[in-house]
Amino acid sequence: MLEARHVSISFGGLKAVDDASLVVPPGTITSLIGPNGAGKSTLFGILSGFLKPDAGSVRFLGRDVTGLPPHRICRLGMTRTFQIVQPFAGQTVRENIAVGSHLHRPQRRAALAHAESVALRVGLAGHLDKPAQDLTIAARKRLELARALATEPRLLLLDEVLAGLNPQEVLEVSPVIRSIRDSGVTVLMIEHVMQAVMNLSEHTWVLNNGQLVAEGKPADVMRDSRVVEAYLGHGAAERLRAAGKQAHA
Amino acid sequence: MKTLYTILVVCGAVALLPAFVSSGFVLNLVIMTLYATLLGQAWNILAGFGGQYSFGHAAFFGTGAYASAALQVHFGVNAWLCLPFAIAAGAAVGALVGALSFRYGLRGSYFALVTLAFAEVFRILANSVKFTGGGVGLLVPLKSSALDFQFQGKAGFLYVILALTLAGFLLSWWLERSRYGAWLTAVRDNEDSAAALGVDVFRVKLQAIVISAGLMGAGGAFYVQYFQYIDPHLAYGPAVSVEALLGPIVGGLGTVFGPLLGAAALQLLGELTRNLMGDVPGVSLMIYGAVLIAMVTFLPRGIGGLLRRLTPGAA
Repeated sequence: MLEARHVSISFGGLKAVDDASLVVPPGTITSLIGPNGAGKSTLFGILSGFLKPDAGSVRFLGRDVTGLPPHRICRLGMTRTFQIVQPFAGQTVRENIAVGSHLHRPQRRAALAHAESVALRVGLAGHLDKPAQDLTIAARKRLELARALATEPRLLLLDEVLAGLNPQEVLEVSPVIRSIRDSGVTVLMIEHVMQAVMNLSEHTWVLNNGQLVAEGKPADVMRDSRVVEAYLGHGAAERLRAAGKQAHA
Repeated sequence: MKTLYTILVVCGAVALLPAFVSSGFVLNLVIMTLYATLLGQAWNILAGFGGQYSFGHAAFFGTGAYASAALQVHFGVNAWLCLPFAIAAGAAVGALVGALSFRYGLRGSYFALVTLAFAEVFRILANSVKFTGGGVGLLVPLKSSALDFQFQGKAGFLYVILALTLAGFLLSWWLERSRYGAWLTAVRDNEDSAAALGVDVFRVKLQAIVISAGLMGAGGAFYVQYFQYIDPHLAYGPAVSVEALLGPIVGGLGTVFGPLLGAAALQLLGELTRNLMGDVPGVSLMIYGAVLIAMVTFLPRGIGGLLRRLTPGAA
């Protein structure tokens, strides 16, 4: 579905993404994890066309999409959301979602009707006529998801849609993401909420300092010493193992 | 649909006016209000709906005005035929300004400054080129025939400007209920989000400035016929740019009726301060300015926003 090969980008002297290659197989929920500043959102920016990589290529559905502008990539079927939600503040929820619906629906009436059905899918049906700026953070995250979904993508890039939600809200949104996958949309998600990563995704890539350091099933990846060290610092895996042995003894 | 009916009723009422009113003063006031409405509608499409605040709409207005005047003076073209040329010339300058500034991602105050600079460049050019008559300007030959877009009384001009304003109304109405309008307001509210949802931001902004500039060009052509004279300052001076933006800001940005409400309020305010304080030079302008500041401060959504707040339930 999506394949990045040896992608790199630098800002000044900082290598934000360094020779990263990853594959997203169709029909899956794949996650991208890593500590703060690892370059996850930057990599998303490259995949979705907001940033041009210094080196490497991105292929989507067998097509080279490296450096295509975001709207072209969206029209090919890959839509992203933003970590910091970016609603069209002055417009209602219905109008917000309809912007996405318009991608394949020139008629205003059809787009508004489609927006309603998408709102129903993500649990925003009760807020359709509210201005987007009046929504809670949890509802804004849903709106971000709904707008992207309204473009009817083949691949959905979700940038921390669960961040900032309380555990109850995470539990409510997780089935929505699963149902999106079940409807045939491939999902690539950046996520910090580990519980959700473990529950939802079939495959995980771990990014640290701009480099992909591990991949595999979430449960296996969590045990990988490189991953533990990425989060807890150099030598942490060794100390943890020692502590574990002591606890068992 | 309610918006459309309101547009038709308002325009229909104005169309009946010459049958009942013969006062040149009143008809002139209505014509100038509609003329200011047209400029406001043009600016409102780009700034109100599209969020691109131009401070140099005079560039498009003046180009329309000069295109019409120069074709009549130098080539003897019929003034009616000059109108589409004026619209096209204004739109072409809009495309040029838009392509350059949007290609390089100019937003907010940078875009405003660049448009202002373009208008000034055109003013200096018009001042120094023989084709535009230099600083002396161009005087449109007097014909006094409706066939030449010159009318004996005011009524003829009123119908022409009313038709142009109606076109401006219908364009704004269409923006509120079309995919293009949804894309344009999406670009206004958040360019990155819009791009992520498949909106070609550059193209949408370029189309908006072309439509907006075309309407300004029509306004310029009308101005030339009504006053039969144009010079660099009248065409490209900042006064026109300010007149275009003041109406929508006072009346309600990004709304169909904002430009009309604003233009009407400003014309009335201008007449009132001139007549009440006309004897003391400058006082009328000071009061005009003070009322403007108060309006912008206390009515951020303009007169239209105030009306909506006073009549809950109504759209």
